[in-house]
Amino acid sequence: MPKRIETGGATVTFTFDGRPVTAIAGDSVASALAAAGITRLRDSVVSGAPRGIHCMMGACFDCLVEIDGIPNRQACMTLAAEGMTVRAQQGAVSVSEGGRA
Amino acid sequence: MRSVDVVVIGAGPAGMSCAVEASAAGLSVLVLDENPAPGGQIWRGIETATERRGRILGPDYGAGRTVAQAFRASKADYLPSALVWNISTEKVVEYSHRGASHQVQAGAVVSATGAFERPNPLPGWTLPGVTTVGALQILLKSAGLVEEDAVLVGSGPLLWLMAAQLVDAGVPPKAVVETTPKGRVLAALRHLPRALRARDYLWKGLALMRRVKAAGVPVHSHATGIRIEGKDQAEAVSFAANGRRVRIESGHIALHHGVVPNQQVTRLMRAEHVWDASQMCFRPVLSDMGETSVAGLFVAGDGTGIGGAKAAALQGRLLGLRLAARAGRSVAPERIERLSAGLAREGSVRPFLEALYAPPAWINAPEDATIVCRCEEITAGQVRAAVDLGAPGPNQVKSYLRSGMGPCQGRVCGLLVSQIIAAKRGLPPQKDDYYRIRPPMKPLPLTELAAYRPEGAK
Repeated sequence: MPKRIETGGATVTFTFDGRPVTAIAGDSVASALAAAGITRLRDSVVSGAPRGIHCMMGACFDCLVEIDGIPNRQACMTLAAEGMTVRAQQGAVSVSEGGRA
Repeated sequence: MRSVDVVVIGAGPAGMSCAVEASAAGLSVLVLDENPAPGGQIWRGIETATERRGRILGPDYGAGRTVAQAFRASKADYLPSALVWNISTEKVVEYSHRGASHQVQAGAVVSATGAFERPNPLPGWTLPGVTTVGALQILLKSAGLVEEDAVLVGSGPLLWLMAAQLVDAGVPPKAVVETTPKGRVLAALRHLPRALRARDYLWKGLALMRRVKAAGVPVHSHATGIRIEGKDQAEAVSFAANGRRVRIESGHIALHHGVVPNQQVTRLMRAEHVWDASQMCFRPVLSDMGETSVAGLFVAGDGTGIGGAKAAALQGRLLGLRLAARAGRSVAPERIERLSAGLAREGSVRPFLEALYAPPAWINAPEDATIVCRCEEITAGQVRAAVDLGAPGPNQVKSYLRSGMGPCQGRVCGLLVSQIIAAKRGLPPQKDDYYRIRPPMKPLPLTELAAYRPEGAK
């Protein structure tokens, strides 16, 4: 189970698939989700297998999520911000008007 | 178009150090870094880490604070959250910042983009709950977050460092599963006399192992046949050790088999590379000055071959001074000599570490059913079948299968696919046995490209 080694500090709140997630200021979307115990961030585009964070440094692209309507954002490279709407990606993201599947 | 003497890509130990020296000597320097704050991965979160985090991460991490302060105080122009996505042969650097793309003309380009962790293609490695060991450390550095009951699997200094840091954070790992094959200590011994020139590394390493064992963490040695089990999430890891099969339940399995140079920039620029049999990776061919086969493209830090943070900082400073000297600025020769001597000392421990912690052969030769390209879900068996069908190298395999064509653009599977193909031929990878890297180096929204108006574009 994930655990913070410190308490306190300013927080921001965003939602992941509608569920509120509290992040510490400076958290990436990925670290905030990890702290909340959320490990499944998307389903893969070919087989639909579940995926989560893997490298945490922007290399592997496994933590792709939809943020404020824009798909394929790297959760580990995006700072968590107040009021963000984050959604898990289900399989292939179709490229249609507005960028939404 | 804006023009600068030096564009440095990356603000880790090498990039920051290069920028400090080059700007102090009077060169105009622009540092473009993808991360929101300086430090790279090794010193990630260095400006914001709390005292408690600093204590757990230790003095080698804390050393980054001085470098980051010098960097902030320097005249170098620093643009964080800036993603370089193309560099032309004329050294026009194109980058994305806050959703818009820009260009800058560089006199010299310094690639200081460091290293990635070697891929760990094992059954179950794509499951949520399976990360690299480096990812665990990034969570600690940047978010003060630790995983309870994690199992650390693999080999190398970072495995032990992370295990010791988890012990110090009060959440010792559930187990350390070491994959270093038997006989490695003996094989490494011939490099020991030279390594003793930098013996502090050896004492540090031994102290880490002692700390982990003293905390009562079960350590399994010479493990093979590793499988991660779970349906939608990692639930356990099993392996063979000491002639029996062991299974350990855990929701977090962290893998590590060393780090390898990030070749994206140097491959994009079509610089010449060689296969390094000791480090089991490609590295760019460099002149004594640190210049690649592409005039004006330089590399400093782990991108030149793995040397660690101290060596990266020394290389960065050396390159900064050499770029200044090349531009006609006066540089005291004894400064170059002193830095070179320091670099030689740092390098003396590497052959020992490389012999001891060379990845076990099986990690680069996955089972047929194991996924190697995580993005496109291509297995090792599919890569081998493509070679049987006549694909002579990674780029033909890529055309056949789409391996390396997903969003990570081969960052994870590239080295592995090169090695699987080479193993089929029974030869080590040849210098061009790598994916052809093309711009944009990371996916960009089409709207951003459409809105981008580069100068001189028709």
